[in-house]
Amino acid sequence: MRGFASISALSRHFPRSHYVLARVAKSIPVFLAIAVCNFILLKLAPGDAADVLAGEAGSATPEYLAALKSQFGLDQPTWAQLAHYVGRLLRLDLGWSFRNNQGVLALILERLPATLLLMIGALGLAFILGAALGVLASRHVNGALDNLISVVALLFYATPLFLVGLGLIIVFAVHLGWLPTGGLTTVGASYTGLRFAVDVALHLAMPLVTLALFFLALYARLMRASMLEVFNQDYVTTARAKGLSEGRITVRHVLRNAMMPMVTMLGLQVGTLLGGSVVVETVFAWPGIGRLAFEAVMSRDLNLLLGILLICSVVVIMANILVDLAYAWLDPRIELAR
Amino acid sequence: MTGALAFCRRFARNRAALAGLVLLLAILLMAALAGVLFPDDPWDMVAQPLLWPGQDGEYPLGSDLMGRDLMSGLFHGARVSLAFGFTATAAALLIGVTAGALAGYYGGLVDDVLMRITELFQTVPPFILAIVLVVILTPSALTIVTAIALVSWPGVARLVRAEFLSLRGREFVQAGVVLGMGDARLILTQILPNALGPIIVSASLMVATSILLEASLAFLGLGDPNLMSWGTIIGAGRDALRSAWYVAALPGAAILVTVLAFSLVGEGLNDALNPRLRNR
Repeated sequence: MRGFASISALSRHFPRSHYVLARVAKSIPVFLAIAVCNFILLKLAPGDAADVLAGEAGSATPEYLAALKSQFGLDQPTWAQLAHYVGRLLRLDLGWSFRNNQGVLALILERLPATLLLMIGALGLAFILGAALGVLASRHVNGALDNLISVVALLFYATPLFLVGLGLIIVFAVHLGWLPTGGLTTVGASYTGLRFAVDVALHLAMPLVTLALFFLALYARLMRASMLEVFNQDYVTTARAKGLSEGRITVRHVLRNAMMPMVTMLGLQVGTLLGGSVVVETVFAWPGIGRLAFEAVMSRDLNLLLGILLICSVVVIMANILVDLAYAWLDPRIELAR
Repeated sequence: MTGALAFCRRFARNRAALAGLVLLLAILLMAALAGVLFPDDPWDMVAQPLLWPGQDGEYPLGSDLMGRDLMSGLFHGARVSLAFGFTATAAALLIGVTAGALAGYYGGLVDDVLMRITELFQTVPPFILAIVLVVILTPSALTIVTAIALVSWPGVARLVRAEFLSLRGREFVQAGVVLGMGDARLILTQILPNALGPIIVSASLMVATSILLEASLAFLGLGDPNLMSWGTIIGAGRDALRSAWYVAALPGAAILVTVLAFSLVGEGLNDALNPRLRNR
């Protein structure tokens, strides 16, 4: 009852919180389904679940293995094991990584901020620059500038991420010496305050640009197509007939509506972005989840990998909730309740 | 037949698409001639290790950390990478087209269930799922193709479903129903052939992304240890990424050209199939 009262109080102050709650509730089955998938993957692995959960055969003590086996009830039928496993995930118990001698959840949460910083920075850069280039191209359809933007976008799209990273390292770190080759901060230097922020920003620059370029290409092409679509609408003709300047029509009338497919794309790309960060973080030794995934691959720490898969899926689910909210903000006709 | 001719003419008028086709043919030629030009095993350690490109005339593109000829590796790698791209795409098409066709044709519960599964696969980050699958099933050509196919099908499924939804109610399908055609016959002989255009366009892009995915997996050390793809060379070059960067950069450039070729061809096909959209 109290919970209900506080929810309605909340929704009085923040009219959208109801919607957010409904959206979160809708995501729970997806989370459960992913948990079941994780269980299936665990079952597919060679050896039994206890071996996998213990990291790898040999790295756990026999006592611990025996304890795990009874704890997981591996003698029980599969559905009971599944219920047990999902229950554990719901309590955010992702197990222990013997390779790192640390809990899987703690390990992932420790690395998450670095990846989120990289991801949000890259998405932001790709979105803003991509939108700008798309608008520019759409204002000069089939002109020289449009063709140039198309060619550059296509090149960025086709270049493997690691190759971009490699190129940047060779030019900016090895030859010019302007930027550090990798890592999050300068090793040994314990900066604080502004110096620290600048240091991180310098380290962030290359991985961020590498990750952003691929998505920049996608957004530029999408924005161009979307702008052209909206420019053909009747209400734009009306705006022209009213005598508004092209610049004002572009910014005030077309841009906002042309943004809709961009926002959809943003939601669809979060998962791809997380995958791309595995490669980028490996190239730049950026200590985020992607690098952690690479380390887990190298040591065949399957339980840690499954934990990363689960948490990354949760990040995608949350990003999609944010995208839905952004939709409603961009287009008030979309009702929040349904 | 005149339709096909008009299609070819529209495609040929698109300079970018033609350039893509030329690049694609060059890569296919590379793959076809690998055995003739470089009859020796690309795994053979023939040269001094870490020869830079141009340093030794006999190995124009240099050698890797183990003294393997990079030129030979690139030619043989074209074979393996293209084979990965085509088989993974074929497998993904099989899953995606089946799921999309069933969902779009039958609708209702079938559609609901299949679309929930599709959404699930679109929520899980594809590359990370591919990594987990390959690690669990241990890296081999079969498991890599399986993993790439399993993360690539949802896009096709959605596309095919949308096509089926719009074609299902058309008169020619209704005519088929009246003639007493069964579901399978309606799907395979009436609706599917008419949905083929967009499927081919997305397939050409999928070959490119499959090659990229395989290379990324190999970059992380998850390639088939017995097959030398471009990704394998990149993975082997990862340890000397900074000192001998050309080892990873050369196959990387080959992948760039291949992805570019498939994208250009795919776009050209798309424009030629939808002539009305061309002048956008």
